[in-house]
Amino acid sequence: MNNVVLLPIIIPLIAGMIMIILRKNIRFQRAFSIFAILATGAVSVFLMTQIRTKGIQTLQLGGWQAPFGISMVADMFSALLLLTTSVVSFCCLLFAFHSIGKEREASYFYPMFLFLITGVNGSFLTGDLFNLYVCFEVMLISSYVLISLGGTKKQLRESVKYVLTNIVSSFLFLVAIAYLYAMTGTLNLAHLSVRIAEVGQDGLMTTVAILFLIVFSMKAALFLFFWLPGSYSAPPIAIAALFAGLLTKVGIYALFRMFTLVFYHEPQITHLIIGVLGGLTMLLGAIGAIAYWDIKKILTYNVMVGVGFIMAGLASFTPVAMTGSIYYLIHDMIIKALIFLIGGTMIHLTGTSKLKEISGLIGTHPYLGWMFFIAALSLSGIPPLSGFLGKVFITQGTFETEYYWLGAIGLITSLMVLFSIMKIFMNGFWGETYLSEDMEKGTTKGLMFPIGFLTVATIVLGVGAEGIIEYVNLATESLMNPKYYIEAVFQGNIMP
Amino acid sequence: METLMSILVGLLFSIGTYLILSKTLLRIVLGASIISHGVNLLILTMGGLKKGGLPLLGENNLSYTDALPQALILTAIVINFAVTALFLVICYRTYQVVGIDDSEQLRGNEDE
Repeated sequence: MNNVVLLPIIIPLIAGMIMIILRKNIRFQRAFSIFAILATGAVSVFLMTQIRTKGIQTLQLGGWQAPFGISMVADMFSALLLLTTSVVSFCCLLFAFHSIGKEREASYFYPMFLFLITGVNGSFLTGDLFNLYVCFEVMLISSYVLISLGGTKKQLRESVKYVLTNIVSSFLFLVAIAYLYAMTGTLNLAHLSVRIAEVGQDGLMTTVAILFLIVFSMKAALFLFFWLPGSYSAPPIAIAALFAGLLTKVGIYALFRMFTLVFYHEPQITHLIIGVLGGLTMLLGAIGAIAYWDIKKILTYNVMVGVGFIMAGLASFTPVAMTGSIYYLIHDMIIKALIFLIGGTMIHLTGTSKLKEISGLIGTHPYLGWMFFIAALSLSGIPPLSGFLGKVFITQGTFETEYYWLGAIGLITSLMVLFSIMKIFMNGFWGETYLSEDMEKGTTKGLMFPIGFLTVATIVLGVGAEGIIEYVNLATESLMNPKYYIEAVFQGNIMP
Repeated sequence: METLMSILVGLLFSIGTYLILSKTLLRIVLGASIISHGVNLLILTMGGLKKGGLPLLGENNLSYTDALPQALILTAIVINFAVTALFLVICYRTYQVVGIDDSEQLRGNEDE
């Protein structure tokens, strides 16, 4: 029992609720939301040290023993993602201060931002399937509000589609939960793992597993990504960066949890399907990224390539590949937020997202240009930046399990990603400088700090991999051995 | 009884799917709402319909009804209620701003 496990959910929730009351006081809201995010980050660092010394931390809500109450579980995988979430949301929040505009700030932007973080953190920490659904909904409802906040034509049009897609996938989630409950009689993840290991994962169970795969694929944009390019290019860039960094990653987290803890008995069916979907996602995403000449479109298609690549690691299902996936997931959250923020700054400066109308930004903004260059190298996995290590491990994993085609797709698509991102660099930053500084539509005042912070984060993650890999290995260990998770949740109590 | 419920759930799902696939935004919202009822009934059926007495300690029954699906449905109803309300508002606002309630025309064009 450890009450700290609940703090990453409680802090942003209460802060958001207080801010709803003090709607008019924008300066207070800014300061308080930064405080809440920093506090969440500090708590997740504290959790990480505790997990490292004492093992997986759990909390049984209301003191009800494991399968009866709701369990909150923090293992190293969750804690690492919690910390990354805090870093990403901190930077997006700082970026939003200078770019989101007075109107949105006065219409509950900050409370919704924090509720979104509540949902994300809740999904990472919960140990109960139905609670996972509730946390997903908390996150999604805030994202519905954030995507339509401002009410421009494009935003509203895209939000109708986004909301409908997510509502349908939430229904499927509930249906899958109902079937699983009928077959096992429990919803606690640890208990589910025990029960399914006892009765075996037969054909019916695998069908339900595939239903879960469909649900989470929709959220993670794994193959079912038709909703993503439209809805991620509609909202203001601070929000789009937050979505790109966090929302799809929660779906990925859920896939990892379900297919390492609960449905891990038939990898030749479920994990192969994940691998095929991941390969297709990488290919289609990379083709999209190459085809478009619009900054926002190129970046959103890059989100999909990342998702597909992380899933290649899960499909291989070896310790090396899992280490790579976890490392790459952390890298991907940071780098996707970073390239979205830089792309957003380019749009902010020039007033257009069409690459052919932008040229020579490096003349007036050298720092922005070089940081974009670093981000591009990191994204495509050039050593010593953070993308490299994950790519090496995942590719090694796919070769170990003899999914050569999957590893090959991963390597080919990284070249395509490099091409698509260099297209932005060469067209946007090189060339003749049209715009002098006083002709620009906006300033970079205040926008450079969050971008610089994330750039430093991706360099540190790459260069300081020695220090981080220890934590990642702990996360892999708990993912590959479900019995640690189960023992931590039940703590020696008798299982009914 | 379970069979009957399953048929009813299937009926609600097909009506909901039909409505979601239609063009008018209002019908889409109603379709989503009908599917949500179908899902709730499904959870109830999956927990097993009435098999024993009240799940209370004082009642001396040999078997008890499972109370968990009802707790789940209660949560699901609240969430669906909120989501449907929000969805209605977004659709209405889209109708006001964009001026169409036809989902075919929600595609938009490249020049915006």
